[in-house]
Amino acid sequence: MAKADFEVPELKEYIEVPEIVEGTMAHSKPFYAAPQHNTDLGFPGELVDNWQEKALEKMDDLRKRYRSFQVYLDSCVKCGACTDKCHYFLGTSDPKNMPVARQDLLRKVYRRYFTLPGKYFPNLVGAVDLTKDVLDEWYSYYHQCSQCRRCSVFCPYGIDTAEISMAAREIMDSVGVGQKYCNEIIAKVFKIGNNLGLPGPALADTLEGLEEDVFDDTGVAVKYPLDKKGVDILLITPSADFFAEPHVDGLIGYGKVFHEAGVSWTLSSKASEAANFGMFIGSYENMRRVSLRIREAALELGVKRIVFGECGHAWRVAYSFLNTLAGPFDFLDPNYPVPQHICEFTYDLLQKNALTLDKSENDDMTLTFHDSCNVARATRMGDKPGGQFEIPRAVIKAVCNNYVDMHHETIGEKTFCCGGGGGLLTDDLMEVRVKGAMPRMTALNNVIQDEGVTHMAAICAICKSQFTKVLPYYGMDMDQIVSVHQLVSNAIQLTRKTEPETPGEVEGAEAASETDTDAEE
Amino acid sequence: MAIEVNGKTFETDEEGYLTNINDWEPGVAEAMAKEDDLELTDEHWEIINFLREYYEEYQIAPAVRVLTKAVGKKLGKEKGNSKYLYSLFPYGPGKQACRYAGLPKPTGCI
Repeated sequence: MAKADFEVPELKEYIEVPEIVEGTMAHSKPFYAAPQHNTDLGFPGELVDNWQEKALEKMDDLRKRYRSFQVYLDSCVKCGACTDKCHYFLGTSDPKNMPVARQDLLRKVYRRYFTLPGKYFPNLVGAVDLTKDVLDEWYSYYHQCSQCRRCSVFCPYGIDTAEISMAAREIMDSVGVGQKYCNEIIAKVFKIGNNLGLPGPALADTLEGLEEDVFDDTGVAVKYPLDKKGVDILLITPSADFFAEPHVDGLIGYGKVFHEAGVSWTLSSKASEAANFGMFIGSYENMRRVSLRIREAALELGVKRIVFGECGHAWRVAYSFLNTLAGPFDFLDPNYPVPQHICEFTYDLLQKNALTLDKSENDDMTLTFHDSCNVARATRMGDKPGGQFEIPRAVIKAVCNNYVDMHHETIGEKTFCCGGGGGLLTDDLMEVRVKGAMPRMTALNNVIQDEGVTHMAAICAICKSQFTKVLPYYGMDMDQIVSVHQLVSNAIQLTRKTEPETPGEVEGAEAASETDTDAEE
Repeated sequence: MAIEVNGKTFETDEEGYLTNINDWEPGVAEAMAKEDDLELTDEHWEIINFLREYYEEYQIAPAVRVLTKAVGKKLGKEKGNSKYLYSLFPYGPGKQACRYAGLPKPTGCI
C-alpha cells in the first residue's frame, strides 16, 4: 500500500533541521466542503460575495471573544524558538510550516486592519491586505497544522499556534470556505450520532459480534451493552473503536475491565462518539452542540459516571471544556472525576490489586508509548502533575514485561504529533501526513533498532489510524501500532464468570465492585 | 468527476466514490479496478458482494472485524483477517473495496 507520489523522508539517526525549501508544500490543500456540509453547521454554503468584510468582522469578533487570540497576535517578538519545533516543518522543509510563519499568515492581516502602524504604514510592519491569494494560503497552511501545541511549549510567550489555527479555520468557515473532512463529519454527528455515520442497528450488530468473539476466546460472557438504562457508567468512546483495528481491540479491553471491576456500564447510540471536531474548526457553537449529546445521553440513561475511551482530543474537550460546554454535571456521582479517563479507571483498579493479570500474554512484544498531543499538552490524569504521562505508562507496565520509552525529547510534554491530528486525517492530505510523521518515525525507528521495540501503544483513535497508514511508508508494519487497552485485554484474566448486575438502588459503583450479590435490578 | 463504463457515465465525488449507490453495476467495479491495475477475481467479488449486502441492511460499510469474521466463516479461518483483505485490496479493504462496491467512503478517525 505504501506507494507514494511524493518523496518519503529518509529516516536518519537524529531529527535534523532541514534546509528550507520555499513553497514546497504550497500545493497541499484538502478538499473543500460541499455547500450542504457547511450549511449543516450553520455556515454559508459557498464563498460569500462580501467575504473580505465578513472575514474581518469575524476576526474582530474572535479577538474580542478570546483575549488570548489577540495577545498571541500582538506578542510575538520573532525570537525563533519555535521555528524547528513543528513536525510539519521538520518533515516538509517548507518555511511557512514554521509556527511563527504560520501565525504570521493571519497576523499580517490582523496588523493591516486592527493596528495603527499597519493601517498607515503597512509596508513597514509586514501588514498586508486580505486578498483571495491570502485566503488561499490560509486554507493551505492552516490545514498543515495539527493543532498539537508542541511549538507553544518552547515559545517564551506561550503563544499557542493551535488557537490561531483554529481561529483561521473559524474565519474561513464563516465566509463559506469549509474543509470537507471536518465539516462532513460534524454534520454526521448531528444526524446519526457519530463520525462514521454508524446507525444504531449497525452499532448493535457490531457489539453483538464482539460479545460472541470474546465469549469464543475466553468462555466468559463479557457484555458490550448499548442504551442500557440505570447502569453505573456511560462510556463515551471514538466511533473508530467500533470500526477499525487496532481500535476495536481496545474497546474489547474496556469491556473486560468493566466486567472484572463488577460495574455496570453502557454505550449510547445517541452519544456514540467521543470525538469533537468542533474544536478542530475552532467553532465554539459546534463544539457545544456536539458536547450536549453527551449530557443528554447521560441524563436519559440515568448513569452515575461518565468514562471516556481512548481518544486524544476528546479527552481535551472532556477534561478542559466539558463542564462549561455542557455542565453542570451535578447529577453525577461526585466521588468520581467528572469525567474520568479509561486509563484512570484501570489505574485505580491496579492500585487496589483488583485485576488478575498475566503479563506474559504480551511477551511477544516489546512496547513503547506514543504520548498523544492533546492528552500530553492539554489535559491531565489522576491528581498529580504529569499524571497524563505516568498513568498510561503505569497501565502498560502492569500488563507487559517489556517496555522502553522513546527519546525523552520526543515524549511527554515535548511529544511529537502523529502527523494526522487536528482534522488532517484524510487521504487528500496524505503527503503532509506522511512527511509530518517523520520525527515520530525517527524516534520510533531508533528504539526499534537499539532496544528491540516491536510495537507502539497509543490512546488516541487518530494516532492509531494515522500510524496504521503511515508506518508502511517508512518500511514498518501497519500492525505495529496497538491500543493500550488491547494490551490490558491480552493480559487480563477473567475471574468473574457472570455479568455484573445493574445496581438499581445500591449506592455507588464500589458497592457493586465489592460484592455482586448486593446488587439488584 | 465521472467514470465511463460501457458507454454509460457514472458520477463520482472528488475521491472517485460513486455519488449515487443505486447507479452501481458490476462494470463500475471492473472499471475502477482496471484504473488501479487490479484484476478482480472471485475472491474480490466475495468481498464486494458482502459489502453491498451489509450496506443494504445497515446503511454503512461493515466494521473491519465484522468483515473479517464474515470472510472467515465463508472462506475459512485462515482468510478471516485483515492481512488477507489487504492482499486483495492493497489500499485498504475499508476504502478501496467500498469504492468498488459503490458505497460511500467511510469517514471518521479511521
